Formats: sequence, C-alpha cells, structure tokens
Amino acid sequence: MINQLSWKVGGQQGEGIESTGEIFAIALNRLGYYLYGYRHFSSRIKGGHTNNKIRVSTTQVRSISDDLDILVAFDQETIDLNYKELHSNGVILADAKFDPKKPEDTEASLYAVPFTEIATELGTSLMKNMVAIGATSAILDLDIHVFEEVVREIFGKKGDQVVAKNMDAINAGFEYTKEKMDGNVPTMQLEKADGKHRMFMIGNDAIALGALAGGCRFMAAYPITPASDIMEYLIKKLPALGGTVIQTEDEIAAVTMTIGASYGGVRAITASSGPGLSLKTEAIGLSGITEVPLVIVDTQRGGPSTGLPTKQEQSDLMAMIYSTHGEIPKIVLAPSTVEEAFYDTAEAFNLAEEYQCPVIILSDLQLSLGKQTVEPLDFSKVEIRRGKLVTEELPEIPNKGYFKRYEVTEDGISPRTIPGTKNGIHHVTGVEHAETGKPSESAANRIAQMDKRLRKVENIRFDTPVYKNAPHEEADLLIVGFNSTRGVIEEAMGRLEKDGMKVNHAHVRLVHPFPTDELLPLVQSAKKVIVIENNATGQLANIMKMNVGYAEKITKFIKYDGNPFLPHEVHSKCKELF
Amino acid sequence: MATFKDFRNDVKPNWCPGCGDFSVQAAIQRAAANVGLEPENLAVISGIGCSGRISGYINSYGFHGIHGRSLPIAQGVKMANRDLTVIASGGDGDGYAIGMAHTIHSIRRNIDMTYIVMDNQIYGLTKGQTSPRSAVGFKTKSTPMGSIEQAISPMEMALTAGATFVAQSFSTDLKDLVALIEAGINHKGFSLINVFSPCVTYNKINTYDWFKENLTKLSDVEGYDPSNREMAMQTLMKNNGLVTGLIYQNTERPSYQELIHGYSEKPLTEADLDLNQEHFDKLVAEFM
Repeated sequence: MINQLSWKVGGQQGEGIESTGEIFAIALNRLGYYLYGYRHFSSRIKGGHTNNKIRVSTTQVRSISDDLDILVAFDQETIDLNYKELHSNGVILADAKFDPKKPEDTEASLYAVPFTEIATELGTSLMKNMVAIGATSAILDLDIHVFEEVVREIFGKKGDQVVAKNMDAINAGFEYTKEKMDGNVPTMQLEKADGKHRMFMIGNDAIALGALAGGCRFMAAYPITPASDIMEYLIKKLPALGGTVIQTEDEIAAVTMTIGASYGGVRAITASSGPGLSLKTEAIGLSGITEVPLVIVDTQRGGPSTGLPTKQEQSDLMAMIYSTHGEIPKIVLAPSTVEEAFYDTAEAFNLAEEYQCPVIILSDLQLSLGKQTVEPLDFSKVEIRRGKLVTEELPEIPNKGYFKRYEVTEDGISPRTIPGTKNGIHHVTGVEHAETGKPSESAANRIAQMDKRLRKVENIRFDTPVYKNAPHEEADLLIVGFNSTRGVIEEAMGRLEKDGMKVNHAHVRLVHPFPTDELLPLVQSAKKVIVIENNATGQLANIMKMNVGYAEKITKFIKYDGNPFLPHEVHSKCKELF
Repeated sequence: MATFKDFRNDVKPNWCPGCGDFSVQAAIQRAAANVGLEPENLAVISGIGCSGRISGYINSYGFHGIHGRSLPIAQGVKMANRDLTVIASGGDGDGYAIGMAHTIHSIRRNIDMTYIVMDNQIYGLTKGQTSPRSAVGFKTKSTPMGSIEQAISPMEMALTAGATFVAQSFSTDLKDLVALIEAGINHKGFSLINVFSPCVTYNKINTYDWFKENLTKLSDVEGYDPSNREMAMQTLMKNNGLVTGLIYQNTERPSYQELIHGYSEKPLTEADLDLNQEHFDKLVAEFM
C-alpha cells in the first residue's frame, strides 16, 4: 500500500491530454484524496508536447513531486522527455500504436497497451484517453466505477450512449491491462482516502470566487495567459448578481474602465499577467494620486516581454512594488495557497476601499493554474468593509463649494463620495490637487497631499502579513519564499528536519508595504537565511536585505528556467549551506 | 430644477482668451440644465490637454484622468451607475491619436453616454505639434516641413465603426451645439459629437474665419436625412468632412446596457455586496 502516487499523462497538445488528467483527478478527488496537478503546456493550440502531472496523496500536498510512479505516454516524445522522473519501480504505459521504446538508462518498466486500437474498435480513437485511464486503474487496482460520475458529467450532454461507450473504453483498458499483464505489472495500491468531499480548483478559480465573495460586481479585462480563467469564471457568475464583465480593446482600457467603475462606486477588478501589468502602470499611478480604490490581479509568468508565456516565474515582484512613475501608496498581496488566494482577493476589496489606493494581488502561474484539492473555505470569514465611503446625507456646502474629498486627515484617509451623491461634488484629477480636488501647484499643498497619501498605508492592517511555520527559537536555517513555493518549501523543510536540522519557514504574504517587523526576529534568530524564488536576480532576497538587513546571512536559491522548484532541489540546496 | 448657472463653478479656466473650448463648456452646462439634470447626476470625464481640463470647469462630478483614456474611465462610471449621465470629453489628440482604439471600440460597444471631442487640429498644451487631424502640409513644431500624414476623418470613421449617433458642430454655433449635446444625452447609446474648437494660439490656418468659410450646415442641405447612413457617408465625403449638424442617428439599435445578459436594472452601486451562504455553497459545490 502506498499513501502517495505521482502520475503523468503526456502527448501532443490538442489530443485530450488535459481532459484525461482532469477526469482522473476529479474522480480521485471525490474519493477524498488530496491532489496537486501541474500542466506543462506551450503557447499554441495544436501540437507540441504537453503533459499533466498529478500527485495523489492521503494528506494535503502543495507541490509537484520529485519523481514519478506512472507515466502514460501517447507518443515517444513523452517518454523521452519525462522518463528520467520515473523511479526504479515506475511504470510507463504507452500506446502500442507508436511502437514505444524504453530508453536504456532506466529501470522503470514499459508496457505497451493498444490505447488507440482498443478505442477504435469501440467506436472512435478519441476514446484512447479513456482506455489509458482504464489501464492506470488496473495498476492502481482501482474500481473503474469511480469514473462513472465524472464521465457522465462530461459526456452526459452527448447522450447516454456516449457515456456508456466511454465507460466501455475505460473498462476495456482495465481488462486488457489486468489480463495481459497479470503478474507482470506491479500493482500500486493506494491507501484508502477519507472519502470527504473537497473542492478541486486552480488558484484563478479561487481568486474569482474570492472576488464574488468580496462584493466585486464588475470586471474589465483583456485575455492573457495565465489570467483569463478569472474573467471567464466571472462572466459566467456575475449576471446572477446583476453584474458583468467587459472584454476591453486593450489592457489600458481594462484598468482605466475598472478605475472608472470603482470611482463610480462599484467594487471592480481587472486581472492580467506581466505584459498587461506593464501597460497598466500609468493607470496605477492615476489610482494612487486620485485615491480611487483599484484591485488588480497579476498572475506572473516568464518575462520579460512575451518571455515564457506558459511557464512559471516570479519575476514581477519588484515591478509590482515599484511600477508607475512618481510615488504612490500601494498594497501588494501575495497569497501562497489556493485558500489564501480566495481570502486575500476578498480582502483586497476591503483594503482598496479602506486605504483608497491600488491593491495588487500577486499570483504566479503555478498557483494560478495548478489544480489542487482545497480545504473548505469559510465564507463567514469574509467581511465587507467600505472604509470612509460616505453613505449618510451630506449638508449643503455654501456658495457651490466642493466636498473635501482629499481632506488632510491624521490617518491620511479622506471621506469619499461617489457620483450621484448630493452635496458630495468634488473634482478628481491626476494633477496634484487641493482638498476639494481642484488642481493646485502650491508647494505647501503638494507636501500636505503627498504626505497624506503616503501615510495611509504606513500602518496597514492585514491579518497575516507573513505565514510562519517557525517551531525553533534558534534555527539553523530560515527559508523564505512567496506565492506558490509554499508547498515545495514545506516539503523540503520536513526532509531537513529529518536530517536533524532546525528549520523555520516564513512565507511573505504582504509584500508591500514590506512586513519588516514580522521578519526581523526570524532573521535574527536564524544562523542562515535562504530565499527561494523563481527569478534570475533574487528579487525577494534583495527586498529582504534592503528592509530587514543582515545581508551577510541572506542567500538566495533561484530558478528561472520556466519550471517550478522540486522538493529535492530545495532540500539539497539547503543542505549545501551547511 | 437646476439651471445652467448651477453647472458653473468658481474655477477660472486656464484656456487662452478666444479659445473655442469656452463655448463647449457653456454648451455642456446649458444642455445639462435643458435635459433636466441636477449637478450630482452628471459625471464629466476628460482626458489630458487644454480641453481635458473641462471636467474641472463644470459644477458636477468630474474626473480628469490620463491622456487618451477618458472613454474607458467614462464607460466604467456608466457601468457602475446606469442612472448617471456620463459625458466624456477631450481633444483630437486625446481621442484620435493616443486614445483612438478606445474611440473606435466605444463606438462599437455603444454604451449609453456622450463623447465630445474638441477638435482644433493641433496639440495646444504641448505648444504646437501636429495632430492626427492636421491637414497634409500643415506646418507645426514637429512637422516643420509640413505634415506628410493623411488626416483622420473622424465622422466617416465613426460611421464605419457602427456608430449610432454622429454629429459635428462649430464652437461659435452655440445654439446648435447645445441642441446636439442634448440630443446626444437623450440618445440611447453612444453619441459622438466632434466640435471644431479653434486654437487661437497655435493654429493660424483653421481659424474661426476659415471654418465660417468652409463649413456647410446639414440643415441647409436639401433633403438631408440623418437616418440614412449611406447619405451621411456620401455627404461627408462630398464636403471633405466639413459639415455641421446631426450627421447620423440610429434609434433602432439597443444600447450596450440593454443587451447585457443579467445586468441589473438598478445601478450596480446599489447592489448587495453580500453573497449569502446559500449562494456561496452553490458556487463551491461546482468545484467538488
């Protein structure tokens, strides 16, 4: 019996690799297993190698596994590109159609199963994916009926016959593998899962759901990988709440329309990736100086420019903290799990309205697209707080005076009225302005308004600015990360602890304003600090050195080849330090 | 009920004496009063440039944004609160150069709002460079040998982009301009009004006198029918775009708001921000 399994299916893009993984994963998720899926894909629709690696476990997992138990291959390229991940007892299940060849330098076993032939005999070669699921089930000794519900959901619209045929294909794959290879194939039987029903979703789903829960009723966005899922989800769900999504002509229209809607008084969002964020930077400054709440999602991918559009990277960190000319108050959140992506997105709308400034939700491709089992989300934790939004009736202002929308206050935050509010008229401009919003170039006013804006976020309240798993008062090593590296660090930490090292882990969830006070004691009490990040220059490490100090203690472990970290990489790098 | 004076504020425009934009400002104020608006129910969203300052010179909600982006901001405002009257405004550089994509797509989208372009064929605030509306041969600081690019024809362009309301006016024709802005506000959809608004400082070619000599009023064109798109296009081409009046109006096509699936009849600003637990559970179940 095993309590963890790593399974990968690969082939040419456009031949159903994604749905094969999806059906396999959903069924196992419903049995109560924890899943973590990561797709390798290219920026094209048909052709090119693609694969879906799925980890199945009886406990929660948040990273890709180092190795592989089963590789399902629809072409030789899949074998050649992925066989090295297989451990010595690993199994390759390959379509007999392409006459698969096992590379010499692997102890894993290869079994050719006529996926395509069986499927064709049953009606259509398209069902070869189902045959492969059946073959996998034989090795896992899994009752194929677990797939019935999912198959019905996916193919039900096409009629009972299609559902039955697909189930036949799964069954045929199962029977063939059992029969022909009985005794030869090592079965890998998974320990029984707890049977609980949990959500299975990508980070982008959680962001979109968080937006709905957080009161977002309007979105303007431009399609881009890996952010489009957010707009696609919201356009399906917002109409039931009276809201909508507009697909704009470009990224600049998306952000400025969002600013307009937010100024108009509705909770609004836009989402993009690095190239889109580059285009949005001028508008981010507009939100900063006009103090219009703005919520933006940046799902990082490989940069710069078009970079590696379908690959993992965390290289927008500095850009999100600093981008836009001039100086503005800004909040940058970096959820590290799907659960946090939900709560942080909902909270971003509160922060944007309370602090009247841009709030960027930083995600990365692995977090946004990695599909995983999620612990139940607690809706009662979601609050709606609108800050100093004026809702009561206002007194008339004599002589057509303007409402002091930019009143200089102690906390820097001014009362805010929205268009339509009687006696709340004021001017809004990206030009430096006085308390009523009217343009002003006076030096004293400039200082007063600039200071007012910047002090708004000085004492920002955010529940958990740093996720800490710090069991040691004095640690040998502090590992620091942000966004999706949470799981890989947790896993490496477990191994290092087994090796006898004292390790603390800090994951930065509020990257700006930087939570120096939270990190300082952890840095001080560690002999060494290592920052794990998917970029080429060590951006978080540099921010740590700048804010926390102790530069001599801080090293970085960077990876910028487009692939997420694997647990063994982090583990061995940390060991090297000692 | 508010009068045009209620739409005035105490800010003195920083426009040059004689600038065409003063009339546009007055026309918006009068039109707003004439259609029965209260100042708090009007939002004027403007771009950057001399004319972009206009939102600060009207006693209403006003948003002076960034260069070329008045339209997306204005559309966002209207989406948030469909009960507001939203006017976007700016210059020809704002709308036909840096913001051209938004102009065309706003026309296509047809959100119920009005866009007033103050067209002076020059960049004024940056002190005299060529604009996409400058004629071939027009000498400016950035085209010392004369512009060699073809000028944009915004009215023809609007017609081809599927506009439902296209009008053009001249800033001295205050009465006509007020009437057109009123018609634009009342139009159920996106209305584009291009206003020739001479720059007295940097454009010595397209002067008040030049426009008086060259403009043709559509009311003087016998048998002109603004519901006839083909006639509109022919008339524009025949007159090199130099016509004033209501060029084209399509009252049949519903506005964007009327077509959005599920869009709230009430302003979104009044939406209940609380999802209830039951609704949330339903959404969650879809991921199980």
